[in-house]
Amino acid sequence: MSGEDRQPETPVPGAEGARPGAARPSPAAEARSAPAEGDPLIRLEGVTKRFGPHTVFQDLTLGFQRSEATVVLGASGVGKSVMLKLILGLLRPDAGRIFVDHTDITGLDERQLIPIRQRFGMVFQGSAHFDFLTVYENVAFAIREHKDWPEEKIRETVRQKLATVGLEGTETMLPEELSGGMRKRVGLARAIAIDPEVILYDEPTTGLDPVTADTINSLIVRCEREMQTTSIVVTHDIASAYKVGDHLVVLHEGRIIADGTPEAIRQHPDLRVQRFIHGDASLTEPPSEGDLP
Amino acid sequence: MGIASPIAHLGARVADGVGELGRFALFTTRMVRWIVTDGTRWRLLRPQLYECGVRSLPVIVITGAFVGMVLAVQSYRQFDAIGRGAWSGAVINLSVVKELGPVLAGIMIAGRVGGALAAGLGTMKVTEQIDALRAMGADPIRYLVVPRFLACFLLIPFLTIYCDFVGIVGGYFVIWSYGADPHEYWVHSSDVIENWDVLMGVVKSGFFGAAIALISCFKGFESRQGAEGVGRAATEAFVLSFMAILLLDLFLILLMRGIYDALWGQVSIFL
Repeated sequence: MSGEDRQPETPVPGAEGARPGAARPSPAAEARSAPAEGDPLIRLEGVTKRFGPHTVFQDLTLGFQRSEATVVLGASGVGKSVMLKLILGLLRPDAGRIFVDHTDITGLDERQLIPIRQRFGMVFQGSAHFDFLTVYENVAFAIREHKDWPEEKIRETVRQKLATVGLEGTETMLPEELSGGMRKRVGLARAIAIDPEVILYDEPTTGLDPVTADTINSLIVRCEREMQTTSIVVTHDIASAYKVGDHLVVLHEGRIIADGTPEAIRQHPDLRVQRFIHGDASLTEPPSEGDLP
Repeated sequence: MGIASPIAHLGARVADGVGELGRFALFTTRMVRWIVTDGTRWRLLRPQLYECGVRSLPVIVITGAFVGMVLAVQSYRQFDAIGRGAWSGAVINLSVVKELGPVLAGIMIAGRVGGALAAGLGTMKVTEQIDALRAMGADPIRYLVVPRFLACFLLIPFLTIYCDFVGIVGGYFVIWSYGADPHEYWVHSSDVIENWDVLMGVVKSGFFGAAIALISCFKGFESRQGAEGVGRAATEAFVLSFMAILLLDLFLILLMRGIYDALWGQVSIFL
């Protein structure tokens, strides 16, 4: 995992010309670049994203390694959810490029993005269940969409995924009948329904009590281990980050201010990082080692 | 400086309008592309047919019946004053079939279905359900818009036929209650109304249905965050659908009148 808030010294193949405001080559010409050993599975190259006058990311470069759990930490409004949506192609960057397994997805249209998105599962912050469908139909949705399976096999897969998240017997319930923790777990079951390579988690523990949040964290760790997935978790829950993350990245004002293992982040000298992980805005100097969480 | 600000404001509004028109054109193109290349699935279309067709039937029937009855009350006295009360059937039924049936059915659908479409899709947008569809590799236009569009486009002509039928029956009951001769009433009506008139009303209603569905779905997809954003989307969907119906009505009348004249020449109802 690597994270810098500057252009890389060694340009990524095919990334030449990816400068803010520069015209992009055609999607067909730029879609693939040569894979290299040890390259991250997902890479953001010099990404800039603005909403009106507000710049969320400025020239952001960041990579996510295969089979690792990367946690992106940052205050509310720093652009964590925007990052996930950029990775999935739900939002387009104003400049820069995004690679998924060496495929530049920046210029792809909705149809071209479909096979890319099939490799992902996403757990949304507000769960985003289809409120007109039952739990069963929600979890079966991606299977029906992408697999030509008989109904019996779909039923068995849905039952298995719901069992994984501890929600057997909820198939006929509607999303409105679920509690907050159950909604998150159904969201996770839906995300893993077609065994994706990458799972994106948008604030998976926000709004949950500590015990339920810990249950969700355990489920995330279990999915990572059992399914060997690459996980990207965005959160401002520091306890969750320490529990699920192999690597932590801290965002501040659209830039990466810290990047490393949980232990490295815990001892990071940057005061902004320490304020964040201690939840103490009045901190004026980094805490001593004995005070570290 | 005094004049620069309003001009800048006007320029920004025009730019916004042009941008929205462009997005609407792209939205329509993507939807048509999905219909042509993929059609739709029965399991997606069926609930929309029920929502748009079956659940709209009561309001359409009530609208049609009252339109027919009000027209009858208004027109009967005029014709009765010259001793030709039964002739009012021609005016009532021609008005219902050619204009009031399709236009009022369209407006009622714009309010009942169009508003619900915009509000429903707007809610799906603000609760990230549309993003969830896209994240799962499903195109929301194919999944959400195509079945809603097809349901409106295919069923509003049938609802218009219902509206016409009930309007004609409602008008007849009023005229009958005034003591007009039923035979003379129907003979005058059938002398004046041609198949072309009925066809014109039904064809127009198909265009109205297409416009209502497209505008409402687009407004739902463009909905801003929050309850106010969804409410605004529903309101704009109804107002724009209403205006589109009136605009389309005028142009389609001119077009179909031109086609009729080219095929059969000009014919007056008084000949």
